[in-house]
Amino acid sequence: MGKKEMICICCPLGCRLSTVVEEDNISVTGNSCPRGKTYAITELTDPRRIVTSTVRVRSCDTPVVSVKTKEGVPKHKMQECIRELAAIELQAPIYAGEVVKENIAGTGIAVVATKDIA
Amino acid sequence: MHYDIVIIGGGPAGLAAALASKEHGAVRVLIVERDKELGGILNQCIHNGFGLHTFGEELTGPEYAARYIKKVKEAGIPYLLNTMVIDISCRDMGSDKKAGSSGFEISLMNRTDGLFQIEAGAIILAMGCRERPRGALNIPGYRPAGIYSAGTAQHFVNVEGRMPGKEVVILGSGDIGLIMARRMTLEGAAVKVVAELMPYSGGLKRNIVQCLDDFGIPLKLSHTVVDIDGKERVKGVTIAKVDEHLKPIPGTEEYIPCDTLLLSVGLIPENELSMKLGVTLSPVTSGPVVDESLETNIPGVFACGNVLHVHDLVDYVSREAMTAGENAAAYMKGELKHDGKQIEIKPDYGVRYTVPSFLDPHRMPEELTVRFRVSESFSQVKLCVYYDGVLIKATKKRIMAPGEMEEIKLKKAELSKYHDLRQIRIAIEREGA
Repeated sequence: MGKKEMICICCPLGCRLSTVVEEDNISVTGNSCPRGKTYAITELTDPRRIVTSTVRVRSCDTPVVSVKTKEGVPKHKMQECIRELAAIELQAPIYAGEVVKENIAGTGIAVVATKDIA
Repeated sequence: MHYDIVIIGGGPAGLAAALASKEHGAVRVLIVERDKELGGILNQCIHNGFGLHTFGEELTGPEYAARYIKKVKEAGIPYLLNTMVIDISCRDMGSDKKAGSSGFEISLMNRTDGLFQIEAGAIILAMGCRERPRGALNIPGYRPAGIYSAGTAQHFVNVEGRMPGKEVVILGSGDIGLIMARRMTLEGAAVKVVAELMPYSGGLKRNIVQCLDDFGIPLKLSHTVVDIDGKERVKGVTIAKVDEHLKPIPGTEEYIPCDTLLLSVGLIPENELSMKLGVTLSPVTSGPVVDESLETNIPGVFACGNVLHVHDLVDYVSREAMTAGENAAAYMKGELKHDGKQIEIKPDYGVRYTVPSFLDPHRMPEELTVRFRVSESFSQVKLCVYYDGVLIKATKKRIMAPGEMEEIKLKKAELSKYHDLRQIRIAIEREGA
């Protein structure tokens, strides 16, 4: 059984959620709406974040291009994503939406550019 | 060259204002941007979370900008890059002797054309804001390298691809500071603490959770930097707790070794041009005082976005800018005339300011959005609207925070029932009071 406190970020209300995990059951209190419960359960079972960063661009006026993971990656893999991206160097032109790296940090999720670099 | 409407600034406000003015009938519209590309500050805001209200999805800053830039290009709206507006002046006054009535002369400068002039029938101010610098904070100590505003650090990391330091202390919990705490942590720096002078954070909750809590970065409320150590480069800072008068409490000092201090201590609308033109500024927002059409005291000069008041979400900037663009177009068609009647919108207890500051009941749309910020954190309160002392509306609010922009809607149909209305007062009241 584990207890955890967190702040819901679904809306500006920012409810203080208290969660209790007992075997397969997660109970959530302090939420004002159903979204708070969903948020707490996701945060406890499979927290994910979109990772945004930059990747080096070779021989171009613009030294870096901004990128993001196409979907949320597991929270504990964020640092690993950044490390893998640091090793990449791209050649211009690059277009927003273009895949920069497939399967980042073994997550099965692609990293795409978020800006055009001519 | 003569334009119907010239928009000063090609950031989110300028882009949306340009699009709306074109859509509403302005023919010759021009955007003037001092940077080498359109998009403004969004270009360095590579994190996601933009556009949830406008597009129903979370975009990064460059992606949000790109959507508007694409529309501007499709609409065939011309823009000047690398071009700085030096001065705006009212042309010779027309027969009605009203400033601005015969248009404006704008002086601009760039590397290819040097100094040159253009004429405009109307102007939309969309210059955005600037970060409050160290000089405004009176922190004692030397002037070593390693002290940056959070936005400068953001430009270094996200645009230039350089890290400004390895061990970081952040003063101020504004959103840019929080975003940079995460960004620098992910890039391998150690962010030791975020110190906030006020007893609450100026940033969005989501940023506190995802930028600080996610990485175990402590947020010390009611704390400030009282000394910066280091002569050539920052070696460390001393932080201390402050009392309710925001004065450091002796004995609470704590020395934190670091090589970088980031300042995220507020944004100030950038209104040098507006001031020179004679636009009246609000001492609270440092932005122009505007009416329901977002028109300043000078007819034909409109303002929107962060130059008007600092916004929390870019979606609201875009919306506000569309209103300014639409009204500037109406002004050019001669459809935006004053009949002299003005109702004051007065921010009262707990409300720092409102935008607009007054309204003309004939010119207002069917539903007018009044945006404002509260002066402190409130919970379990009522947001009250009074018409000349009569309580019209009381909306229950579970929570209100200074970091988040609030809004209320005023309906024309409702307002027209009150003849000779002089003042609309907005105040925060305790529940049960």
